[in-house]
Amino acid sequence: MIQSVDHFALLPLYAAGGTALLVLVLELAFGKWVVPAGIVGGLATIGAAVALSLDSASTFCGPANCSWVATQQAAVMAVLFAALTIGVLALSVPALRLGIAPAGEFCFLLTSSMAGGVVVAYAGDLITLIVGLETLTLPLYVLVGLRRFAPRERVTTTGASAAVTFFLVSVVSTALALLGAALLYASTGALYLAALSGGEGPFAALGAVGAALLVIGFAFKVAAVPLHAWAPATYDGAPIPVAAYLSTASKLGGVIALAAVVQRLDTGPLVAVLAVLTMTVGNLVALRQTRMTRLLAWSSVAQAGYILAALAVGAAGVRAAMAYAVFFVLLEFLAFGVVVALRGPGGDGGDLADYRSAGRHHPWLGAALVLAFSGLAGLPPGLAGLFAKVTVVAALIDSGWGWLAGVVALNAVIALAYYVRVAASLYVPVQPDAVPEVVHVAAPEPEHTAEPGAVATVADPDLLRAATRTRVDVPRPVGAAIAVAALLTVILGFAPQWIFDALS
Amino acid sequence: MNYEDYSTTGGWVAAALLIAVLAVPAVGALTVALLPARMDRGARLLATVFAAVTLVLTVLLAQPRRSDFGYFDYGTGPLALIPWAAVDVPWVPALRVDFHLGVDAISYPLVVLTGLLTVLCCAYTVWRVPEGGRGRTLAALLLVLEVGILGTFLALDLVLFFVFFEVVLLPMYAVIAGWGGPDRRRAARKFVLFTLAGSVLLLLGVFTVVVAAGTGDLMVLTGGSDLSRTVQYSAFALFAVAFAVKAPLWPLHTWLPDAHTEAPTVGSVILAGVLLKMGTYGLIRVGVGVAPLGAAWAAPVLGVLAVIAIIVGSLVCLRQTELKRLIAYSSVGHMGFVMLGIATLTVTGIQAALIGNVAHGIITGLLFFLAGAIKDRAHSGALAELGGLRETAPRLAGVLAFAAIASLGLPGLAGFWGEAFAVVAAVQRGGPLWMTLAVLAAVGGALTAAYFLRLLRRVTHGPATSAVTGFAGVTRPEWLAWSPLILLALVVGLMPALVLAATSGPGAALTGVLP
Repeated sequence: MIQSVDHFALLPLYAAGGTALLVLVLELAFGKWVVPAGIVGGLATIGAAVALSLDSASTFCGPANCSWVATQQAAVMAVLFAALTIGVLALSVPALRLGIAPAGEFCFLLTSSMAGGVVVAYAGDLITLIVGLETLTLPLYVLVGLRRFAPRERVTTTGASAAVTFFLVSVVSTALALLGAALLYASTGALYLAALSGGEGPFAALGAVGAALLVIGFAFKVAAVPLHAWAPATYDGAPIPVAAYLSTASKLGGVIALAAVVQRLDTGPLVAVLAVLTMTVGNLVALRQTRMTRLLAWSSVAQAGYILAALAVGAAGVRAAMAYAVFFVLLEFLAFGVVVALRGPGGDGGDLADYRSAGRHHPWLGAALVLAFSGLAGLPPGLAGLFAKVTVVAALIDSGWGWLAGVVALNAVIALAYYVRVAASLYVPVQPDAVPEVVHVAAPEPEHTAEPGAVATVADPDLLRAATRTRVDVPRPVGAAIAVAALLTVILGFAPQWIFDALS
Repeated sequence: MNYEDYSTTGGWVAAALLIAVLAVPAVGALTVALLPARMDRGARLLATVFAAVTLVLTVLLAQPRRSDFGYFDYGTGPLALIPWAAVDVPWVPALRVDFHLGVDAISYPLVVLTGLLTVLCCAYTVWRVPEGGRGRTLAALLLVLEVGILGTFLALDLVLFFVFFEVVLLPMYAVIAGWGGPDRRRAARKFVLFTLAGSVLLLLGVFTVVVAAGTGDLMVLTGGSDLSRTVQYSAFALFAVAFAVKAPLWPLHTWLPDAHTEAPTVGSVILAGVLLKMGTYGLIRVGVGVAPLGAAWAAPVLGVLAVIAIIVGSLVCLRQTELKRLIAYSSVGHMGFVMLGIATLTVTGIQAALIGNVAHGIITGLLFFLAGAIKDRAHSGALAELGGLRETAPRLAGVLAFAAIASLGLPGLAGFWGEAFAVVAAVQRGGPLWMTLAVLAAVGGALTAAYFLRLLRRVTHGPATSAVTGFAGVTRPEWLAWSPLILLALVVGLMPALVLAATSGPGAALTGVLP
């Protein structure tokens, strides 16, 4: 049988895959221009996805269904994958310039992952979906551990061990998902997503097991509790830009896969249990974190719980889950971007104590982090996050899952406790122990500071501040990525309808 | 009934006014926050100008009333809620959110009060910035708070109401945590977690109603016409707890004393003056308005809790040794009277709640300004260390005495009407329960007098302690901040009609649909 292939429908994949190949060739032939090529390729992918959404088409079709389905939602997700890749490339520029990671390999792997993301977005059958998901994840095993050490630098194995953890867990999860797909195929004969069903008669039980295995396999990818143990260790061991990619793009892939399954199969109770566990455990453990990346990791576990809660409803909750995912990846990327900017190239996330007073030294970065955290907590000024929460709660109540909406609401309160703790520590006054002892003695008593004329002190407070200030210069690509993300967050906060329109 | 016909009640002038009331402080906050550090004082002045413009705009909101006054029968029966001015623009259709603003007799006094207190607070920051952070940031946060509070009072869409309700949360946290007293971080965290817990319940309640009714438009929903009994019961339960946290009602009040004690003066004034009113206003507008059956069902519980709040607040005040904490606990008692008024579900009760809200905003705002002035001078708020203020600072002591007497509800001053008519409303309601509540509330009123007189005896009389010697006189900026409030406490006391004009209609409409 000869299938006619609609190459126009495949344009986003060609653009994404072509970018990866282009980067590889550029690296081999010239050894430079790889980052610009990756960014241009990402933009081309965005353009292709937008063009395809204007005139949607499907290809690789069987008699009734297609393996490559171009929907509005797929276009949004493909754009998001490409944008996140561009953003992570921008965040990585300083580290690549210093040679902390080999530029050519890094860009090639990241753009390959983007190609996988595009496949996930447009996938119309289970096999395409799982292959896409693997293409999305496979390069990340390497990226997590990809780090060069300077000749005298102490070699650490955290990156490598993080990569191995991630690899092992991910392989097991893929095996589970494939087994689930196989069982479903055995019971119903369907692989196309549009034709998925639970199976009938004697095959119903088999189909249910298959559906459950699929959900569990994909739940690994979104780090749902109790399948989350890999996430904090992996995020903490990975370079920060890669951790940003893991917690946004990689998680988005898992969400798309889960959404494809749960809206057609009866997995509500399983997903609801996962959702309750994920948000509660994620938030409670996040309360006790002292390291920034781990805090972000646990908070992103909890955030995945809110998405799962919407997915537990089934088809009626998919749009809410997708909208939440869009807002979430934007806010999460913004948070990671600020962490990259504050920690400098090659740095790890550091302790929360390292961020004390950072907002006073860097008002713009502090404001961006507050915007991201308030959004993740679902409060203004992060209006995008507020609407994300509202969407999920509305979808849950609309479908009669009021108790789950209550759990979501309760968790929002727990989550605020740690977001507000970190955000407030950005603005604590500069610590006195950072000030030399002599100056400390000469510093004015609190009562006198209200009358500036009466203060007799050897230290000019401004000079003192300038001397103790630990200012880092934000590299231009990183600054640009943060600025774009922050601007998008603000705009989408006021116009969330655009996302809802784009997803429907 | 097709409510879209009058979706621009009051014409485009009214619509522009309503939007400007929110846009001016929002733009002001952005501008002030972005000004460079060397223009700090200029930025605070600019914030005051923005706040003043907003105040003028809020006062002007009464203007459209003249052209479109009275109640009309729109063919299929009158609406329970008819704003003087309204503007209605779709915002997020997917979530059924309209940008629907409007003002009526119930919200108007609170809107103006918000405008007034913000101007006074911004002007106060020009004169004095509490330690902890930059003055212009504080002024910008005050303007953001104003946007949130005004938006809550003006919103005629449930989801929009919720969004504005949330807006005030983090700015108020920042004000307390950034510029507050020694234990500010803990107090601020307690405030933000308590109030968020309240507002997530509000979110659940809002969507319980929106999903059941298919709309969030308060003009349609007021009267609870199409909602089933079950929906109204569950929605009102959620609303009541949510607003009880904000108001606050005993036993959910524990965040309030801490927040007030630690907050800077301007933070306390805004918090007590108008932020708490979001709870009581919400209970009237959203709770009683949208779920009248639920309100009737829960009214006895609310009434009992309100009276417990009155008694507990007064008793705690009698033992209080810290000035700001005492005023904070007195707020619990006063808000108890407001809650009692609402719980009676009579026109008199609603009116008592409305004037009680406004009077408490004026008087407690003034009290916190005074407490701030005393603490700034004496560096202590302990009553034991403040004796003899009358000897060293007679004017300050005089104003404090005036505010305390106004607060304890002397007839002729603003505090009287709310307390007296809450009791009257409970008596009118009749029956053994409400009579008991009325008697207990009256006893609570007497206790209020007792603890304020105790406060005055402790603070102003007796020999001067070391803390109060050498007090600086009352400065001109302080007089500027206090005098409007002193004046209003008198004027509202003498002419309650100023606040209550035209509230009997909406009040009757709210309570008229009750079974």
